[in-house]
Amino acid sequence: MNKCLKIILAVGTAAIFISCGGTTEDTSGSGAALPDNTPLGQAGVIDNESANDILKVAIGSKDHSTLVAAVQAAHIEHILSNAGPLTVFAPVNSAFEALPPGTVESLLEPDNIGLLTTILTRHAAPGSFDIEKLKKEARKGRKLYMATGDYLDVTTEGDDVFVHGIKVLASVQTSNGVINVIDQVILPKN
Amino acid sequence: MRIAKISIIFLGLSMLMISCGSNNGNGATGGALQGNIAAKTYVAPGEKDEFYAFISGGFSGQLAVHGLPSGRLFKVIPVFSVDGEKAYGFNEETKPMLNTSFGFIPWGDSHHPDLSQTNGIIDGRWCFINENNTPRVARIDLTTFETVEIIELPNSAGNHSSPYVTDNTEYVVAGTRFGVPVPQRDMPIDDYKGNFKGALSFIKVDPEDGGMNIEFQVLMPGFDYDKAHPGRGKSHGWMFFTTYNAEEANTLLEVNASQLDKDFIAAVNWKKAEEYIKQGKFSTMETNYAHNVYDEGTHSATSTMVKEVRVIDPAECPGVVYFMPMPKSPHGCDVDPTGEYIVGSGKLSANVTVHSFTKMMDAIKNEKFDGERYGIPVLNFEDVLAGVVQQPGLGPLHTEFDGKGFAYTSFFISSEVVKWKLGTWEVVDRKPTFYSVGHVMIPGGNSQQPFGKYLLAMNKITKDRFLPTGPEVCQSAQLYDISGDKMQLLLDFPTIGEPHYAAGCPADLIAPNSKKIYKLEDNKHPYVTKSEKATKVVREGNEVHIYMTMIRSHFAPDNIEGVKVGDKVYFHVTNLEQDYDVPHGIAMIGAKTSELLIMPGQTETFTWEPRGPGVWPFYCTDFCSALHQEMQGYVRVSAKDSDIKLSWSLDDE
Repeated sequence: MNKCLKIILAVGTAAIFISCGGTTEDTSGSGAALPDNTPLGQAGVIDNESANDILKVAIGSKDHSTLVAAVQAAHIEHILSNAGPLTVFAPVNSAFEALPPGTVESLLEPDNIGLLTTILTRHAAPGSFDIEKLKKEARKGRKLYMATGDYLDVTTEGDDVFVHGIKVLASVQTSNGVINVIDQVILPKN
Repeated sequence: MRIAKISIIFLGLSMLMISCGSNNGNGATGGALQGNIAAKTYVAPGEKDEFYAFISGGFSGQLAVHGLPSGRLFKVIPVFSVDGEKAYGFNEETKPMLNTSFGFIPWGDSHHPDLSQTNGIIDGRWCFINENNTPRVARIDLTTFETVEIIELPNSAGNHSSPYVTDNTEYVVAGTRFGVPVPQRDMPIDDYKGNFKGALSFIKVDPEDGGMNIEFQVLMPGFDYDKAHPGRGKSHGWMFFTTYNAEEANTLLEVNASQLDKDFIAAVNWKKAEEYIKQGKFSTMETNYAHNVYDEGTHSATSTMVKEVRVIDPAECPGVVYFMPMPKSPHGCDVDPTGEYIVGSGKLSANVTVHSFTKMMDAIKNEKFDGERYGIPVLNFEDVLAGVVQQPGLGPLHTEFDGKGFAYTSFFISSEVVKWKLGTWEVVDRKPTFYSVGHVMIPGGNSQQPFGKYLLAMNKITKDRFLPTGPEVCQSAQLYDISGDKMQLLLDFPTIGEPHYAAGCPADLIAPNSKKIYKLEDNKHPYVTKSEKATKVVREGNEVHIYMTMIRSHFAPDNIEGVKVGDKVYFHVTNLEQDYDVPHGIAMIGAKTSELLIMPGQTETFTWEPRGPGVWPFYCTDFCSALHQEMQGYVRVSAKDSDIKLSWSLDDE
């Protein structure tokens, strides 16, 4: 039952992630282009009272300007403002710079929005997992289920915790989940 | 025949005008004329309404918040009745709100919302509403849209002429509809005349925090005080009440209270009353009434019983009250924005009668009285009369104003709204309502500054207006465009309970102040838990207190053992979220309360008395997040004599 639900959720979430960059007449997925008067969806809500959400925290971090630009290019800001809960593994700018030359520029091309969205989605996990929770996942031998449907290994080495072999540098609590700072882009193993 | 022809020409003309001027693309159904009307109430997805309308829930006891012109319902604010959706009256925090001198009362009959004012202009701070059956007045905070105060009214019964607000919210008034023995005592009903009284309560409002207290009561003869309206501008300092049953009948009132040709409008000079209070010319009566206050810091209400009330006898305090004769059991009592005209609507009168404040003051100054009733001077009808709207319709009830010199009166029997001109008293337009209208409301239409764009008519009968729902069908509101010379019906929409009356104002006065979350750091609830680390379960005899938190998407703790049959379990649950629009709910199998619906930063409590051993689940009732369905937990309940130790955990910790 639970498994079944999770699969449905996975498919649903993936569909939302993938289709939100689509054109206005696309009716194939469960997402839709946002109307002119609310182009950013929940990301456009004016709210100076709540604690900052994942999107606002990321925008406020100068080390994450490339990530933010990529999120904006993929038109998925509203997902980072959604009720979630979401854990986002947030590569710092230098992580993107370490990719082969031209990769980022190419991903930001409008034609590559699908690929970009998939890459970004692989950095998000449903639920709230800060460093302490990730250590617990490692201790219990649980994998981390990502919004793309991948299961990533969580391991520890001394006091450090690694997801997909990438060290988590710091955790930031936000109003709708957790940002874990990492210094590499999570790419498929092969 | 002639009317028909004119109508056709007019209709044709207006269609011509409309089809030239409009190109809105919404005319798909019903042609250009229909399309144009639809466009006037169409609020596109994502757009917002221009006005708030606070519509009384009548016998539901609640207050509904709608938007105009769309008619969309945003929230039902629980006020005088318990509400299982929001746990109002079910959770430990709000139970005291419904305490009265009769004990806990789970239901009330809400009637008239009215908004706070500054200088006679709506200021958007609070909404007041009266309860008719167990006389009370409530205050709703318009930053949280929650009921924050309820004050009971001693010496009253049928709190109907209430809770109208003066120009600077100095007072909210509460006049009794039913004469009663004061103080209450065992006596023959037949001895009503001369012995029963009608109390008019003046509730002082703290200008800073809105806190209410009964400053004084004017103890009037036992007439029925039906409706009230504060003086405005030049008549500020006065309060006007319609009365019926000046006959003082106590049986078959439909006949016996309709004997006199004229009843009265009681004009009460509350500034004069204040002087008498200052001079100590009042008596202090022993009484007993509840004053309930909800504290936003503790997220909890307290109920205090008050034992005294100051009472003024108008016969001994000259200048406080005068009677102005008004034909045939007047109901509505409405003062125009200038404060000059006092409109009385005799339910059984063929006309609408308007008195003049200036003439009233002259008559008082010259002491031109036509006798007295119980020591209260009666003024001459002709001396105070400003004018009469001749035969405008049948069964006049209530009047509101558009600020452009026009008045709009509802007619119950002839089911219509009639627009007439102040000063000339001529009828300029009439439109049917569907059906049997009670109150009408123009946003700000009872203040010095009406926003005369729309009129809302509130109907008692709908019969064929909507899809039927068995014998009980909804009551309704109807929206009219009153921006032109002629009224235009735009929209029917259903309301909750009976829409007795409404208050409205531009959304800009309220929306920017609407709170989004409660700050967790400001939470002073005695059982608050501000982090998962601080969660615990404490046994005190057979009481078990669970200090629980909730955040997307789990409870902490979510496994609890060591509870026993016979225990009374208190779930004190704090929503740790600090994010807008992320409430969590909690419901426990077998709990004899309602769910809790807890806003971010808030703490609420419900009790549970497990009846049998077992492992009993609880869960989140509000779809909070993508993992909402996972937000659940268990309490293990063991036999009374079990030695299972109290323990609690979340994910084995």
